[in-house]
This record gives sequence, C-alpha cells and structure tokens, in this order.
Amino acid sequence: MSNFLTTSIGKKFLMSLSGFFLISFLSVHLTANLFLLAGSDAFNEASHFMGTNPIIQIMQPVLALGFILHIFYASFLTLQNRKARPESYAKVDQKNSSKWESRNMYILGAVVLTFLVIHLINFFWKIKFTGSDLLKEVDVKGVEMENAYSLVTSLFMSGTLGFIYSGIYILGAVALGLHVNHGFWAAFQTLGLSNNIWRKRLEVLGSIFALIIASGFSIIPLYFLIF
Amino acid sequence: MSSKNINITVKVWRQQDAKSKGIFESYPLSNISTDSSFLEMMDVLNEKLVTENQEPIAFDHDCREGICGMCSLFINGHAHGPDSLVTTCQLHMRKFNDGQTITIEPWRSGGFPVIKDLMVDRSAFDKIMQAGGFVSVNTGGVPDANAIPIAQADAEEAMDAAACIGCGACVATCKNSSAMLFVSAKVSQLALLPQGKIEAARRAKNMVAKMDELGFGNCSNTGACEVECPKGISLAHIARLNREFLCAKVKE
Repeated sequence: MSNFLTTSIGKKFLMSLSGFFLISFLSVHLTANLFLLAGSDAFNEASHFMGTNPIIQIMQPVLALGFILHIFYASFLTLQNRKARPESYAKVDQKNSSKWESRNMYILGAVVLTFLVIHLINFFWKIKFTGSDLLKEVDVKGVEMENAYSLVTSLFMSGTLGFIYSGIYILGAVALGLHVNHGFWAAFQTLGLSNNIWRKRLEVLGSIFALIIASGFSIIPLYFLIF
Repeated sequence: MSSKNINITVKVWRQQDAKSKGIFESYPLSNISTDSSFLEMMDVLNEKLVTENQEPIAFDHDCREGICGMCSLFINGHAHGPDSLVTTCQLHMRKFNDGQTITIEPWRSGGFPVIKDLMVDRSAFDKIMQAGGFVSVNTGGVPDANAIPIAQADAEEAMDAAACIGCGACVATCKNSSAMLFVSAKVSQLALLPQGKIEAARRAKNMVAKMDELGFGNCSNTGACEVECPKGISLAHIARLNREFLCAKVKE
C-alpha cells in the first residue's frame, strides 16, 4: 500500500470516500434544518440536540477533515488534469457527450465552498464563538437553550438583506444539488461499485438525492421569505 | 441516399514538427461528393496542395475500414467527427453541409505529442501495454479447444472490451486527457478470462502506474469517452479497472 496515494486511482479513492462522508453529513444536516419548518420549539430542540450530543461533537473535527481532504485532493487532481492537456482545442463540443455538471465539478465545488464560508459566518461562528443577541436563551419544555431559531429566521426576514441572503442560500443549494448529481454516482464508480445495470440505478438514485438536497435546502429560505 | 456535391472550407492545424509552433490554415474545397469518406476528402485536398506546390497535410490512416485504430482527427469538436460509433475513415461527407467550415485538429494530450500537422505520437499506449497488457504463456503444444470452460457472459464481456482498437479517441475527448477507458478495456479483456486472472493484480497495478507516469490525466467520470469511442467501449470497464486496482492494492 506504500505508494497508494500517489496513484491516480488512490487519490480518486479518497475523493470518493470523503464524498460519501460529506453526503452523509448533508443528509443529517438537511434533516435537522427541516425542523425549522415545524416552528421555533422544534428547531431549537433539534439544534440543542446537535449542539450537545457527544457523537456530533466528536464528528465535527472529522467533518472538517473530510472537507479539507475533499477540497485538497480535488485541487490537486484538477491541476494535474489541466496539465495533462498543455495545448487546448480550438473547438470542443461536449454538450451531447457528457453532463454539464460533470465537466464543471471543480467550479461547482468552488461555488459551494464560497457559500459554505458565508454560511459558517452567518450561523456557526456566532453560535460557537461570538454569540448574538438573537441567541438569548429560551425555555423549551423546561430546558434552557440558545434561540437558534431566531438567529436563522432573522437572516431571511431582514428586508432587502433577507432577499439577498435567501438568493445566496438558494444558489448554494442548487450548486450543491448539481455537484451531488454527478458526485453520487461517480463515487460508486470510482470504488468500482458499478456496472452497466447498476450505473443507471445509481444515476437515478443520485439525481433523486440531489433533487432532495437542492429543494430541501431551498425550501427553508423560501418558506421564511414568503410566510 | 441521393448524392450531391458540396463546397466546404477546411480549417486545419499545420505544424512543421514536434518542436515548432503550429497554426490553423484554411483551405476552400469545392465539388466534394457527399458519398466520399472524410479521408478521401483529405486526399483530394492533399492532391490539390501538391499540384499547387504546397506541403501536403500529414495525417494518420491505414486500413480505412474502421478496425486498425490508426486514423484520428478531432473534427468540429468531436474525436472522429460528428458521427457516432465510427472512426474518421468511416465518417462520410454527407454528415456535413454545403458552405460549412470544418475545423480539424490533432488529438491534444500531453501523452500524445504532435509529430507533424495532424499526426500524433501514440506510442504511450504501447508503453502501457508493455507494462502489463498481456498474458504470459508457456510454449508447447497447442492447447485443446474448450479445455478451459469460460462462461458465455464473461466471454462476451471480454470480447466487448477487446473491441478497443487503441485509437486514443477517449484521451482526445476526455476533458482531463485521461486514458482510463483504454487501460480499462485492456485490463478487462484479460481480467474476465481464466488465462488472464493469474497476472490480474500485477497487471492492474503496473498498467495504471505506467498510465500515471506518462502524464495522462485523472478520470472524473464524465462519460464523454464512452460516447465518443468508435467501438462503444463501456464505462463499466472503468469500474472493473478501479475494482481490480483497489483489490490488488489491498492484497499488497
């Protein structure tokens, strides 16, 4: 196994595994977020659970590592891929031979990363470090907990800025959906877990998952924008 | 199919040799029969250039019946041109319109340096084959037919992989210049058969290592290679190569 990570498939293996890990994170994150639609008590309880559950706390640095690995290897592989064609074509027509998102995974990834930074500044940073007046403790069923609900909802309901943030969040969700639409199947393919029959199944499954991710995360700002 | 004649403009990449810088040159061509093949059109153009005392365009070709893998050409943004499941020699001028400008470029990849004009050096593929694309057999008498039973489905799948003619369209098409479709076909055609299983682990490792060393890019599963492949080699072979390689590494 000595030189495994210097081989192309070895590096892609790590992309695939970290991708699967990030997909599982997205599922948990979306589930917790959808409690926003069930009202303040439900979301604050969900948020309190996520903030205090020991397994979630252990997984947080692991998650950060997952992101770093995925981004680092994506950058490395993309750079190698660019170098593999020193002179580019004058005319390329790929619109019928591959999906747009599959050709633009790195760009989509960069959009998601930009969104992630904004997203962390909006919520994670305030909850973990700086705090906010909006987070003033509330009492839910006899337990004192931070009012994460008001922090989240105020972002989307603050007039013009709320519109802009809603737009950013929807854009982030769509980019993420497109990224996952290719990444889901590709992760299986890279591990060798695909053939002519399973490819179609995995692609459909990936598209359904991507649709759930994109629409699920988009519904939240839309819900607070409209209601 | 009614035949007619068309007038076209051919925009070709001209490059003196591997070291010099290339440029596009445009050549108008009139009265090209739509029944002629693409390479016949190139022959007409070259004859015209020769009679005008100009250097003819260098391009690779050999059998002209779609089985040798020698012809290449990146035509109007597609490896082997706009038709599907054909090599350039099997592409016909009826796929083009009167008055059209046809852009012809060589395969572009760090692994396939240009030799002259539209000819590229594809010996990188030979080097990958030498790294493991074979089975070692003992000399001796001819083995009995059907001495080794092979499941029909496996034999079919191996034959599908063996259809690869090594033309390099997968590399030319891939946005990453990855040679994974070629390598996967060459690994699959042997890995599926009992004769090839003995060296399977070593083969996958060595061929991938050679592919990486020669400067081909990393596969990002866009699937463009499969679509542009003149022999329709399936992406399922790439999954098999990944499987073979990962299993071989685990066994190390």
